[in-house]
Amino acid sequence: MKLRRLSAIAYKETLQVWRDPRSLAVALLMPAMQMVLLGYGVSLDIRHVPLCVYDQEQSQISRALVADFTDGGWFDVVSRLPDEPALRAAMDRGTCAGALTIPVDFTRVLTSTGAANVQIVFDGTDANTTNIATGYAQAIIAQASADFQSRWGQAHALPAPTRGVVDLEPRVWFNEGLDSRNFIVPGVVAVILALVGSQLTSLTVAREWERGTMEQLISTPVTALEMMFGKLAPYFLIGMLDAAFCLAATVFWFHVPFRGNLLALTVTTGLFALVVLGIGYLLSVRIHNQVGASQVALLVTLLPTTMLSGYTFPLDQMPLAVQAISLIVFARYYVTILRAVFLKGSPLAWLAAPVFALVVTACIIIWLAARAFRKRLD
Amino acid sequence: MSAILARGLTKKFGAFIAVNQLDLDIAPGEVVGFIGPNGAGKSTTIRLLCGLLRPSAGTASVAGFDIARQPEAVRAHIGYMSQKFSLYPDLTVRENLRFFAGLYRVPASEFETRSAFAIDMAGLAGREEALVRTLAGGWKQRLALGCAILHRPPVLFLDEPTSGVEPQARRRFWDLIQAQAADGVTILVSTHYMDEAEYCNRIALIDAGHLVAMGSPGTLRGRHLGGALFELEGTPLGAALAALRQMPGVIDATVFGDGLHVLLHDAQDAPALPEKLRAQNITATAPRPIMPSLEDVFVQLVSHRAASS
Repeated sequence: MKLRRLSAIAYKETLQVWRDPRSLAVALLMPAMQMVLLGYGVSLDIRHVPLCVYDQEQSQISRALVADFTDGGWFDVVSRLPDEPALRAAMDRGTCAGALTIPVDFTRVLTSTGAANVQIVFDGTDANTTNIATGYAQAIIAQASADFQSRWGQAHALPAPTRGVVDLEPRVWFNEGLDSRNFIVPGVVAVILALVGSQLTSLTVAREWERGTMEQLISTPVTALEMMFGKLAPYFLIGMLDAAFCLAATVFWFHVPFRGNLLALTVTTGLFALVVLGIGYLLSVRIHNQVGASQVALLVTLLPTTMLSGYTFPLDQMPLAVQAISLIVFARYYVTILRAVFLKGSPLAWLAAPVFALVVTACIIIWLAARAFRKRLD
Repeated sequence: MSAILARGLTKKFGAFIAVNQLDLDIAPGEVVGFIGPNGAGKSTTIRLLCGLLRPSAGTASVAGFDIARQPEAVRAHIGYMSQKFSLYPDLTVRENLRFFAGLYRVPASEFETRSAFAIDMAGLAGREEALVRTLAGGWKQRLALGCAILHRPPVLFLDEPTSGVEPQARRRFWDLIQAQAADGVTILVSTHYMDEAEYCNRIALIDAGHLVAMGSPGTLRGRHLGGALFELEGTPLGAALAALRQMPGVIDATVFGDGLHVLLHDAQDAPALPEKLRAQNITATAPRPIMPSLEDVFVQLVSHRAASS
């Protein structure tokens, strides 16, 4: 392998990217766009669930209860309903995801017996939101009950309610607020890198075939390895810059805590970039046209990275067969590493298994890419 | 030693035989024109010799290196201009030169003189920073030649370098080719312009994958026709053609422009032709002996082959 030839190719490729608006857009615009879209768009947290309230009583206590629902930002009261049919209509029209009904004798029953019922109806068509909103509602009611109980007890001069002997005090590590953004945004970096990296290189060889410059190129003494590394070098640089931009946005814009080691992050990001760039290059070599190569690149990198890397959809909730398939999805290792480095601050040594998996994938892809290129027309 | 040597060189694409049992022997410094219609196998032969295609049978060596066993050594010793224009349109003149100089590892100390030579040769002085996309055809072709000879290869393969280029630029291109040959470079150049054959030392006529004839333009014209060629005008043309073909002593008659080319076994028969035609109510001018063009030779040779096979 001669450095002179390799650098001639790398330099030429750099000039071409610089002068090609399409490549520039993929290299520079796409990461920023995706970061905004995916960073903001994908959140598993549910806030401000639209709620209708049918408060039959309109008392101080009933209003306080409604306020408990809205105070935390979990629910928004979008409409106050005058009667039962209005509630039905609101649910039918989808005005709200849930409707809270407080009975007319709520305060009377509560103060006389110490317990009363309220009803909350959810729109089950969105099972996920309903599930989570039900959880919020239960927590709010439990809190309100406890507050009321202690006040009611004091008023009736009862001893304070006895506490259980065993008290579970749950604490969450690494993502204390259980904020799904912290969990997802590092994964977004993997998605963007997979998309941008494979798209850029998927064009590079196919373009030469399409324009006829490849025939000239293979009539020179350039070797397959010189060509591969020469072509990958500028895209590797672009990929790393894109990754740096996305990771910086993750930390400084989305405020995802970064507890890990920058070196571990750089090394693993470099490995992942090699894998996705190699895939794009391999496809470009095999499929001699730009459109075909970039479509297939999209299919084999973006799709598994979004679906099977565990970036949004938890892998351990998937059927075993799908979990098995996900093992060959290289992105899952990078996503695992990203999360560990970001949230847990794990050093490189503790991530031996996923790092090893990435190294192996990178080697296989680069080996295949190097072998795929033939300096022949037949 | 031959600069280009081929023995029984054959290339099949499935059932189609693109190049069939081709023998070539080209000496250093020769300019050989590869002539034949589209699809005759000219490009395939050149690609075989450049090591871009693997031969189905036969052997060949270029600059002393075997094309099948030492393709990289072959590549290091040749310059190639493919049929498709193949410089990078989104790079400037100088960037293209720099790129190919890098691929051929032209010593950095020599790059300036060699690229200056190429730029001068292409007539692009002052336009070094222009994107190649903006250049007209003739300039592009000359620059492509400049890129192909940056590493001073002893053998040049030019595949229809002048197709789509205006006549004046073609003329200029051939001057450059001859200048290279004068420096001792061996050049195999394909074309489908018959008139360009006259610029070559030797011509290889190729048809349907076969080498039909090879020789200098002069020998080919004299030897291969097998008779004396005359030109005459006759009206009506169609009747004159039919009548001539029936006549004893006439090998062949073909329409050529407004007139007819008649090939006779014996030049002595020529003066009697108008008289014989008049007997069939055809008026004809007196036959003029003409120097056969290469096209005449080619048509003759190809029709012979077709008749004998």
